[in-house]
Amino acid sequence: MAIIVNLITGRSIQQGVSMEAGKDKPAYTAACGIIELDPADFKRLGAFRNTNVRVTSRYGSVIVKAVEATQGPHPGVAYIPMGPWANMVINPDTYSTGMPTFKGTPVEVEIAKNELILGSLELVRKGCRGELA
Amino acid sequence: MTKTITDVICPFCGTLCDDLEVVVSKDGKKLLEVYNACAIGAEKFLHSQAEDRLTRPRMRQEDGSWKEISYDEAIEYTAKILTDAKKPLMYGWSSTNCEAQGVGSEIGEYVGAVMDNTATVCHGTSLIAVQDIGIPSCTLGEVKNRADRIVFWGCNPAHAHPRHMSRYSIYPRGFFTGKGHTGRKMVVVDPRVTDTARIADVHLQIEQGRDYELLDALRVAFKGEQLPDVVAGIPKEKIIEVADTLKSGRFVIIFFGMGVTQSLGKNHNIDAAIAVTRDLNEYTKAAIMPMRGHYNVTGSGQVWGWQFGFPFAVDLSRGFARYNPGETTSNDLLRRGEVDAVFVLGSDPGAHFPFSSVKKIYDLPSVAVEPHETPTTEVCKVHVPVAFVGVEVGGCAYRMDNVPIETRKVVDAPEGMMTDEEFLTRVLARVKEIKGI
Repeated sequence: MAIIVNLITGRSIQQGVSMEAGKDKPAYTAACGIIELDPADFKRLGAFRNTNVRVTSRYGSVIVKAVEATQGPHPGVAYIPMGPWANMVINPDTYSTGMPTFKGTPVEVEIAKNELILGSLELVRKGCRGELA
Repeated sequence: MTKTITDVICPFCGTLCDDLEVVVSKDGKKLLEVYNACAIGAEKFLHSQAEDRLTRPRMRQEDGSWKEISYDEAIEYTAKILTDAKKPLMYGWSSTNCEAQGVGSEIGEYVGAVMDNTATVCHGTSLIAVQDIGIPSCTLGEVKNRADRIVFWGCNPAHAHPRHMSRYSIYPRGFFTGKGHTGRKMVVVDPRVTDTARIADVHLQIEQGRDYELLDALRVAFKGEQLPDVVAGIPKEKIIEVADTLKSGRFVIIFFGMGVTQSLGKNHNIDAAIAVTRDLNEYTKAAIMPMRGHYNVTGSGQVWGWQFGFPFAVDLSRGFARYNPGETTSNDLLRRGEVDAVFVLGSDPGAHFPFSSVKKIYDLPSVAVEPHETPTTEVCKVHVPVAFVGVEVGGCAYRMDNVPIETRKVVDAPEGMMTDEEFLTRVLARVKEIKGI
């Protein structure tokens, strides 16, 4: 079962703290390798909290952990903190402003229980070498 | 014995808090405690003490492993790729001091680089809007002392600028704001019920990406004209209530963030927000201010504005400064494959650019000047660790309201490490040698 949601990104304080503590550390993955979903969207998806999911847009795909939104309710809107995971799927088009469209990308979310969430360095390295599934 | 250094400047966000206290060991080599900072600021100071910190430059080998190299070799490589390239991109410049930005600009002129800073993925669209219709702004001191109507539009200071509300915008008691937060009305516009929205007097939970409509609806409401029943998910009555609240204030300040700059509409959203501010000035005093992210992104705009006339996306490849967002901006250049070398300092595009741009950096000769190990250093060919500005070296930085503040050194950098400015000065000298200038 897959659902379509509107994806936005941005800073969370956990993202900021773990970023300053080192993007190579597991805490950064725990803070940013997530997607915050509304309880209503969890119900539509038919998934438990803290399940790994695959998020796919026209521009790419990434595995992250689905967690319940801490700053909700916002049904239909999903949130991945700014970072390499979000940037795999956001709309890179700048529409001649220089600014990629980091907020407002339609994405498909599907359960991917057995897939692994990569750390930031590994994710970018594998992506550059074309080693991502 | 330890000693406490007071009035330390925090080099994290554009709020540039100037009241930190840092405890260091007697010899000034170890940083032990940080007081008054937010969680992110404290972590930035403390992480400079990490045991596993890299202290020497390294170069990527054929097999993908790293090899330690000397600063001399790193300087040689950097100068070579910049002078060999027809159109190098020199990106970042926001987590460093104005002195380093000045030297970097000089290198950019000699090698014909495109100079771009992190505004390109942050408030670049705000800068375009300001050039379109101007900006009625003020300083954070005026906000603290005068503002009684505070709007946070598409920004979440509780997470991104954690001490902004307590130092300037909501809680402090100022000269004309003696009642502190009880004398202020706080309006938050955000598609999520953010931690900032939870403490607001009014939260407008706008439909994502419909900021332009709601801003325009406010302008209609100021004039008392007809509105549709619902605009951007907000009922008419609510919009009129907010419009009246703002008009009845003595001093309105609108802070705006990525919610408007990065959603569709981009610079036009900010055009509308500035127009709202201009309209409000017919009834009361109003000002508007972007919530700048990096502690010195404002400074790089200032330095380039002074040197080249443009605050970001400056193309020097033709021997004079050109500026055309959409053409001379980092992500457009990278995605179209229009640059042939990448130099990054004081930013992490590897983590914060769309992946299609990151992939292009990986394929090019590239240098990252960066104290941490980041996704950018992971895709670059050479990584040059440097001292932390604001922790291990001082220098000028500009707060989000364009007030310059001198940051302070509190602790020594590990032995033999260069600062941004020292590294750039050496690269500049080598570039001049190669070019025969």
